[in-house]
Amino acid sequence: MSMVPVVELKEVTQVYVTDREATLAIDRISLTVNPGEFVSLVGPSGCGKTTILSMIAGLLHSTTGEVKVHGTNVQGPSPTVGYMLQQDYLFPWRTIADNVCIGLELTGQLTAQLRDYTLQLLEEMGLSNTAQLYPHQLSGGMRQRVALVRTLATNPDLLLLDEPFSALDYQTKLQLEDLIVETMKQHQKTAILVTHDLSEAIAVSDRVIVLERNPGRVRKEFVIPDGIRQAQPFYAREQEGFNQLFHNVWKELEATERRES
Amino acid sequence: MQQPMEAQDPIRSLHQQHLQQKKRLRHVVFGTQLVILVAFFALWEIAGRLKWIDVLLFSYPSKVFNQIGNDMMDGSIWPHLGATVGETIVGFLLGTLLGTLLAAFIWWWDFAAKVLDPYMVVFNSMPKVALGPLFIVGFGPGFMAIVATTLSITVIITTLTVYQSFRDVDPNYVKVIRVFGGRKRDIFYKVILRASYPAILSTLKVNVGLAWVGVIVGEFLVSKVGLGYLIIYGFQVFNFTLVMSTLVLIAVVATVMYQLVAYLERRLR
Repeated sequence: MSMVPVVELKEVTQVYVTDREATLAIDRISLTVNPGEFVSLVGPSGCGKTTILSMIAGLLHSTTGEVKVHGTNVQGPSPTVGYMLQQDYLFPWRTIADNVCIGLELTGQLTAQLRDYTLQLLEEMGLSNTAQLYPHQLSGGMRQRVALVRTLATNPDLLLLDEPFSALDYQTKLQLEDLIVETMKQHQKTAILVTHDLSEAIAVSDRVIVLERNPGRVRKEFVIPDGIRQAQPFYAREQEGFNQLFHNVWKELEATERRES
Repeated sequence: MQQPMEAQDPIRSLHQQHLQQKKRLRHVVFGTQLVILVAFFALWEIAGRLKWIDVLLFSYPSKVFNQIGNDMMDGSIWPHLGATVGETIVGFLLGTLLGTLLAAFIWWWDFAAKVLDPYMVVFNSMPKVALGPLFIVGFGPGFMAIVATTLSITVIITTLTVYQSFRDVDPNYVKVIRVFGGRKRDIFYKVILRASYPAILSTLKVNVGLAWVGVIVGEFLVSKVGLGYLIIYGFQVFNFTLVMSTLVLIAVVATVMYQLVAYLERRLR
């Protein structure tokens, strides 16, 4: 494996300026994500998790510091980076097939061959026979799987997952976690997940990074032991050491809140 | 598992009952509407013939429908009807199109939106009909001045409505486009404009009504032809049968036009 990290943040600062004030949202965060890694960011709301993803995705420029993807400074959105939002945001006026092909359309790669590949991905996700349907005809879990296919269609090697399970019911969420982790491994993708759900973070990740807020900083990093890492997310929760780890992460999060009050 | 027949029948009969009730209500509503219409014309006719009302001012239905019939037979109504319908169609289509283009322009160039805002507010608050004389001077007494009057009524309100709809599009849809490296024109065509179709179609419907106002007022002011002209002419020569027959025609044609656009809206939505 190449030793160039997929993502590298060096002393990154982000200041948000509004009419009322300028606030320091992120304070000198440094972060490295290696090829094939699955890293989760957890922390209280307002700790800048989504801001970090936006900077890596090229939607937002850092105020100071360096944001690099594959060793080059991020200038803007790139086809090598995929982004999944909290909700599916499928376009209601497009069929499922046209929805999943929007990325190919926008990057000018919409060939018959890639379209077929994308429709085949739909089938792999258990969504055969949905191509000609409209989003409102699908359940929430199916729609989020469609959104996953839409993200994978342009073949990004880094996926930014911004709480993609938070709007789903518990059962669907567990199923989708398994599906996403399996897909990431199978296609050898690197992923950064933002989540509120600690047990989810531990179950799916190789590393969990706890952030604190006001301003956003890295508080602590947990490396997930092999036993939990290698199990499917659903079973990872039953592995030895899972509960202890959960408590440790929990304590760190609690500490961030105590620090404020 | 199949339901036993006994269990199904009462359910089905409840559904049948429900459908019958709805049907009955529909018939009663329609019947009442018909009674009101017939009663109105009957009362008007009787009141006119028995001289309860001044026939010179209010005419009565058989005279009115005679007038319409005669005008159609001798062909004298068609140029007027054609002119007015033409002006109205041009007015509401062009009004919606220009309003949407202007909305697109100020969406695209936020600076323009900020600069133009007070002008649009002032213009929108004005009674546009007051501008009539300017249009006559500017465009000459005819088709152009009438269409200009119509546009003055429709364009700004269309712009404001459509622009608001552009702005109300969920920014997360825009984010979907942006993460794939989509540019502003992609955002506009693939999301903003497409998501605003319903709003644009409904302004089209509103503009049909506004265009009629603009056209009739415009014809009052300038023209030598058209239904608005007929009303003014009938008024000046004290032929109120002509005025009334023209109003009936306007009611019918305007309703047909509105229903056509409403149908189009349902099809395109």
